Amino acid sequence: METIRFDIDADGIATLTIDVPGQSMNVIGPDFLADLDAAITRIASEDGIKGAVIASGKASGFMAGMDLKYFGSMLASADGERPAPAAIFDEVFTLNQMFRRLETCGKPVACAIEGTCVGGGFELALACHRRIVGDSPKTQLGLPEILIGLFPGGGGSQRLPRIMGVQASLMYMLQGKLFRPADAAMMKVVDEVVPQGSAVEKAREWVKANPNANTQPWDVKGFKVPGGAGGFNPGFVQTMAGAVPMTLKQTQRNMNAPIALLSAVYEGITLPMDRAIRIESKYFAKVAADPQASNMIRTLFVNKQAAERGARRPKDEPKAPTKKLAMLGAGMMGAGIATVAAQAGMDVVLFDRDQAYAEKGKAHVEAVLSKRIGRGMTPEKMAETLARVTPTTDYADLAGADFVIEAVFEDVSIKAEVTKQVEAVLGADTIFGSNTSTLPITKLANAWSKPENFIGVHFFSPVEKMPLVEIILGEKTGPAAIAKALDFVAQIKKTPIVVHDSRGFYTSRSFGTYVQEGAELVGEGVNPALIENAGKQLGMPTGPLAVSDEVSIELGVKIMTAAKKELGDAYAHQGSDDIMVKMVEAGRLGRKNGKGWYDYPEGAKKHLSPALGEMFPRADDQPGVEAVKERLLYRQLIECARCFEEGVLETPEDGDIGAIFGWGFAPYTGGPFSHMDTVGIAHVVEVLDRLTAAHGERFAPTRQLRDMAASGATFYQAAPVKAAA
Amino acid sequence: MEAYIYDAVRTPRGRGKADGGLHDITPIQLATQVLEAIRDRSEIDTADVDDVILGCVSPVGEQGADIARVAVLNADYAQTVPGVQINRFCASGLEAVNMAAAKVYSGEAMFAIGGGVESMSRVPMASDGGAWAMDPAVAYKTYFAPQGIGADVIATKFGISRDDADAYAVESQKRAKQAWDEKRFAKSILPVRDVIGQVVLDHDEHMRPDATMQSLGSLKPSFAALGEDMPGFDTVALLRYPELEKVNHVHHAGNSSGIVDGAAAVLVGSKEMGEKYGLTPRARIKAMASIGSEPLIMLTGPEFVAGKLLSRAGMTTADIDLWELNEAFASVVLRYMQAMNLDHSKINVNGGAIAMGHPLGATGAMVLGTALDELERSGKGTALINLCVGAGMGTGIIIERV
Repeated sequence: METIRFDIDADGIATLTIDVPGQSMNVIGPDFLADLDAAITRIASEDGIKGAVIASGKASGFMAGMDLKYFGSMLASADGERPAPAAIFDEVFTLNQMFRRLETCGKPVACAIEGTCVGGGFELALACHRRIVGDSPKTQLGLPEILIGLFPGGGGSQRLPRIMGVQASLMYMLQGKLFRPADAAMMKVVDEVVPQGSAVEKAREWVKANPNANTQPWDVKGFKVPGGAGGFNPGFVQTMAGAVPMTLKQTQRNMNAPIALLSAVYEGITLPMDRAIRIESKYFAKVAADPQASNMIRTLFVNKQAAERGARRPKDEPKAPTKKLAMLGAGMMGAGIATVAAQAGMDVVLFDRDQAYAEKGKAHVEAVLSKRIGRGMTPEKMAETLARVTPTTDYADLAGADFVIEAVFEDVSIKAEVTKQVEAVLGADTIFGSNTSTLPITKLANAWSKPENFIGVHFFSPVEKMPLVEIILGEKTGPAAIAKALDFVAQIKKTPIVVHDSRGFYTSRSFGTYVQEGAELVGEGVNPALIENAGKQLGMPTGPLAVSDEVSIELGVKIMTAAKKELGDAYAHQGSDDIMVKMVEAGRLGRKNGKGWYDYPEGAKKHLSPALGEMFPRADDQPGVEAVKERLLYRQLIECARCFEEGVLETPEDGDIGAIFGWGFAPYTGGPFSHMDTVGIAHVVEVLDRLTAAHGERFAPTRQLRDMAASGATFYQAAPVKAAA
Repeated sequence: MEAYIYDAVRTPRGRGKADGGLHDITPIQLATQVLEAIRDRSEIDTADVDDVILGCVSPVGEQGADIARVAVLNADYAQTVPGVQINRFCASGLEAVNMAAAKVYSGEAMFAIGGGVESMSRVPMASDGGAWAMDPAVAYKTYFAPQGIGADVIATKFGISRDDADAYAVESQKRAKQAWDEKRFAKSILPVRDVIGQVVLDHDEHMRPDATMQSLGSLKPSFAALGEDMPGFDTVALLRYPELEKVNHVHHAGNSSGIVDGAAAVLVGSKEMGEKYGLTPRARIKAMASIGSEPLIMLTGPEFVAGKLLSRAGMTTADIDLWELNEAFASVVLRYMQAMNLDHSKINVNGGAIAMGHPLGATGAMVLGTALDELERSGKGTALINLCVGAGMGTGIIIERV
């Protein structure tokens, strides 16, 4: 046995210490399963063994879930390979049966949990007769599978509701919410919380003292699910009837896993455990046979983590963590960036042209921190963090900063002026980052004597909450700047993507098409409610009109006008341009003036404005919702594909991560590139051709898409991960 | 073979609560008393009854185990008379009559009784559970939402305002009061008696004739919380009806049908059977039909089943003198009036379930009787009687006086 150390003490108590080699955290892979199988057989068959304790040999925690590499081989892949559900069933049911053998081995088994215990690891714990947890604020337990498009498939969906009741367990499993030890004990999910480091000892004591505690509650005759269950229990009926709409509120009709989880609980809860786990495995197999889960796992988990660990970082550059940040501009973005930087332990000089503005920026930092008091933030820590932020109007105070982020007014000449002033103090060897969301980096870089040290660092608002930072390379941006920016993003614990310069870069440019297509539809007289609902049904966080109001219609028009001025004849006119201009001319600027696509009456909910009906008369023939969804989706897909073809994106990974975390692109797809791979590039081209014929050139498929369709290539196959330039 | 209605009888409707007039009467008693009355009023030998079909929507507990057959035995019918309980939700009582008529039409039965029973105060609605609401896979696949949400979606989709619904409810109360004041239901009402023979209820006690726009205006919408907050069924509604920005929750206790207890029975038979007992047929059954419709909005079935009935009977709306549609919710009737282009003066002329209540399994037979009484009172010829039905259905019948 390589993954489990098997010791028997003088009392005949076996201790299984899990320590999977080559992994920082214990995960479930084929070797572990074989070892666990053998260990269970020993416990059950050797007379000298009176009971067992399961523990971890790793300081990192007890155990996480499946080894995703092993698991990936079981799942449907994104590029069309679909294993039969029956084949997946055989594998997952084997695991389920093994946990079942453990809890019916005839001897008491206690689980000693120190540190993280989630997913399959937690399901192993649930199959033990006693769960004892070492107390630590860092320890989390639970079943977060839903977050990656799956649900608990190792008996968790059956055991957790039998332990804590159906409704309570669904609240955790449907949201992937984790337990802290104290909560877990309160809800009887664990039996004991003991001082950190003593769980193994306490577990041995329990096994020794309870030689006959070898039966799970659900295997005792007369067992009742806490709170009741089954079709004759009114509470259960109500929980089940309510669970579907609550789930749909979160996922519309896009996610397979939550409904499958509900079915597994509904159908399994009244069955004997042997039959219940069979039901669970069947629903699990059904979900896993759909590419949705593998797409979500790849982008939301594997690739996101890889990006955070520096997948795009130039390998040869020495680590360059920022110690002192020069933050230029103390507006909403600047203050937000200052907040996360100070929290990450950096000194921040918060510069603005007016001391009152700079102070206001620092007040924002304080406001954000004070909201976290009691939630991991102490008054002392807050004072310490705030002390690191120095508001100023004096460029001289920037001296000593090793990284600059500029977030001043979006105007090339204003930015150039500030850039030059900073260079005078810090010198051009310092790395300069611009948080512009629209202006070309290459052009802004002209103001810095060494443009190789100039880079785009595009944050999203509100900075404290939004997880993504879009790193933009100008034509001359060099590896030192990339390394510095990525190290900074790692310090503030956000997720980076690396893209090349383009108008609107990758995220703003692609996201913009969603809003533009919404406007086009309004212009055609399509019912605005239908447009908004179609956007939501697609899996976007809000309808295109609502989000357009949030970012302001006026801002869209300003950006468009600037682009027109700069590009002249090269500017590609969009139908939506005229519609947005018409809105602005009618004084409908967006949420900020209380009038946009929506009206914002005081003290009441916003609603789509009746003015739209007058400005854009309702067409007699309304499209179906599927047609509207298709336009909103493919308009984004084709823009993403163009970014890829033009080299704005180097990898589909960046494209997928950027889309989901940058503008909330339908997360269940794994991102636009995963989605295109999954439905097939040939299909994408076919739809785009049809949309082009019906609605215009903005949908025209690119040459590369046609080539890919012809050759059968996919984005993920065609694009091996290149190192950052 | 043709089928005729020889008699129709119903209990008064008791408030479906602990203080309701029929709360201490068991549902089997309600069913038994209407079956006894049908037999005794026409003085028939029950050995000639080939089947008794009773609708019941929550057929569990006291209403379980084929209440129709047990009521037959309890009413001292000949033991050769079989009984069957059916469930077509709110139209069960009419569906039972339609089935009785079909049996007569086909020659399977000479006499058949259709009717229904529901003691909503003793066996609460939804006591029988069911896969539609609680099986997640099914609820998901078929866009399950409760009926009240569907009624509010009808109002939203077809531009029916809260004021429209309230005004309809006030009128229903007014008409029901007038009908009772003028004893228009006298022919059908069977006072319910207790075990020592005393009358415990002789009138519909749910009515609120003093209801006004103002008094209804103060009532809170019943389905707003269920739709907008927990668990949020409006989400499901908008998934199905994405053309709506939101659901306008207009219905409340005052413009929806009341929860009540009651039973009803209708004697259907062939021409020969009427002649055998010297009975005059009160009406001929011209057409019967049921239909399925979109289940989330749920309650638009009536307009479609009306179309089916008219085409089966070779008639047009102009051929119908009197319209009756169960007042499940105000929007249901208001939408039906829009769709069929009906004037309010032609439909539900004596009020309906908003005023008098809707004992689920029995209502279909009750509204049929109400329409029959009204045809006779007003000297009119034909009536189309119709109910909206759960899970998206409609059931209707066309009768004409002989």
